[in-house]
Amino acid sequence: MMPTFSFDGDPVPFEDGQSVAAALTASGVTSLRRTRRRNRPRGLFCGIGICFDCLVRIDGAANRRACLVTADQGMVVQTQDGTGLDDLGG
Amino acid sequence: MTLEADVCVVGAGPAGLAAAVHAGEGGASVALVDSAATMGGQYWRHPRSPDRDLVLDRDLHHDVAVFTRLSGRAAALVRQGALTYLPGQHVWTFSAAGDGCLVRALCDGLPGQAAETVVRARLAILATGAMDRPLPFPGWDLPGVLTVGGLQSLLKGHGVLAGQRILLSGTGPLLLSAAAGVLARGGTVAGVLESARQRRWVRHLPALARVPEKLAEGAGYAAVLARHRVTVRTGAMVTAAHGEDRVRSVTSALITRDGRIEAGSQRRHEADVLAVGWGFTPRLELHTAAGCALTADAHGNVSVTVDDDQFTSCPAVLSAGEPTGIGGASLAVVEGQIAGIAAARRLGRGRPEPRELAALKRRRGRLRAFAAALASVYTDPGVWPGLLTDDTVICRCEEVTYAEVKQALELGAGDVRTVKLLSRAGMGWCQGRICGYAVGCLASRRRGGTTDLAAALRIPIAAPLPLGLLAAAELPDGHGGVPPDPGRDEAAGPDDPLSAP
Repeated sequence: MMPTFSFDGDPVPFEDGQSVAAALTASGVTSLRRTRRRNRPRGLFCGIGICFDCLVRIDGAANRRACLVTADQGMVVQTQDGTGLDDLGG
Repeated sequence: MTLEADVCVVGAGPAGLAAAVHAGEGGASVALVDSAATMGGQYWRHPRSPDRDLVLDRDLHHDVAVFTRLSGRAAALVRQGALTYLPGQHVWTFSAAGDGCLVRALCDGLPGQAAETVVRARLAILATGAMDRPLPFPGWDLPGVLTVGGLQSLLKGHGVLAGQRILLSGTGPLLLSAAAGVLARGGTVAGVLESARQRRWVRHLPALARVPEKLAEGAGYAAVLARHRVTVRTGAMVTAAHGEDRVRSVTSALITRDGRIEAGSQRRHEADVLAVGWGFTPRLELHTAAGCALTADAHGNVSVTVDDDQFTSCPAVLSAGEPTGIGGASLAVVEGQIAGIAAARRLGRGRPEPRELAALKRRRGRLRAFAAALASVYTDPGVWPGLLTDDTVICRCEEVTYAEVKQALELGAGDVRTVKLLSRAGMGWCQGRICGYAVGCLASRRRGGTTDLAAALRIPIAAPLPLGLLAAAELPDGHGGVPPDPGRDEAAGPDDPLSAP
């Protein structure tokens, strides 16, 4: 059976070595965050760690680049809202 | 971790891998620092899997034999202790002083867990590669719009198709190669929009004839596309992407000879993915941090100046591959070989091999002529500023719209730096890497001069880092914590066409 991580609560299967963004793309997920000024959806753009458009929250930590982080069994991945730092009270 | 080496190579793509192998075989101790988990760079990107580490998919990759040979020789050097391979390391700053070079890198970890690797070396070879050059248009910020490189990295690195119906738009041979890759993996290509007109090649026949293998490669892609009945529309480009939460459809149009949209030529395409790429921008962050002299060609492409042995204007810094001018993987390998040999010889190592070196330099000359022909055929047609609407996002990170950029220009901003200060365009996470070219072009159109595109490449901190690391930094003489702005450095003298007035 393929390993899985969760994205906003739903299980996402992945192959060993795949990035979080690649596994989400394979599952048909394209929107990864909402922007902080206009609340617009954003997804994978450059795919190689340069553009920072694919920022998600992983295991509670905001601003992780989904295209660079290798998927791991049981990871909790969430859509990032705005800066993802609301818990800092900003 | 701190380590010392004769030569530090940054980047393990075609140029860096070749440079590391040749410097190491020439007798130098080498550190090879790379941001990816596996060797090969973007060109030979492949899945990370223990049992498949050296296996590339022949339907997606070119020159597989070259990669297999180079990575095998690199592995042998690692076993001999002559090469230290440092994968997963993002170089955040680089400096070169009288006593050598300092490379500082971080692994991409959680804040607080980021461990730093510092390499001190007598010489550095910067083989940092290139990135896609994206251009703004209405709808380019919708999920489902990605760069051609992003499409390729999903396919080559992870075996994933970006979507169900993929449309490609932009310019250059990568469009055809990426479309052929999608087809090879059972994907559907909705069409290819190549902004250049094929007949522009006629002027460059002599340069083409000297590299017949490139012609064969191009013909191969064309045959694959024809077999799948994929339409390649030349002299055409995307004008807008449509959708609410993601791309649902795309409008394209034909381009007139004077760089406008031909009235009535609009066509609608159903697609859930749009891959865009307008050539490449070299990664020059580390070169500018060290103060290496840069040049710009007639098409506005910026590159680092190198001499016959791949040395930059900084005596301890060499460069190879895309940073010296976009030229593709074959040229990158040759430049890497020359740089590796030259570095070992500068250190008094290596056997003098004048015949091998001369042959390499002749091949470099042929490949550079071919690259120059490509660069003049596959240019930015300059149509995009006319497509922008007031609410088109220009800076994706800070969500700065065209209306806001125009406002900054009307206030008198004439360069990327001033536009950034007035509008925040280029101030976000990516530090203007994505929007810098577009903002530079808009500023120079307004001012009526040439574009100082090098200004957009001055990014003193090349990767995100925890502030605690800067606070704790202990640095040797001559290697300041934050590098000076090379635009104000003596390395960019008054004769340098790219230095700010």
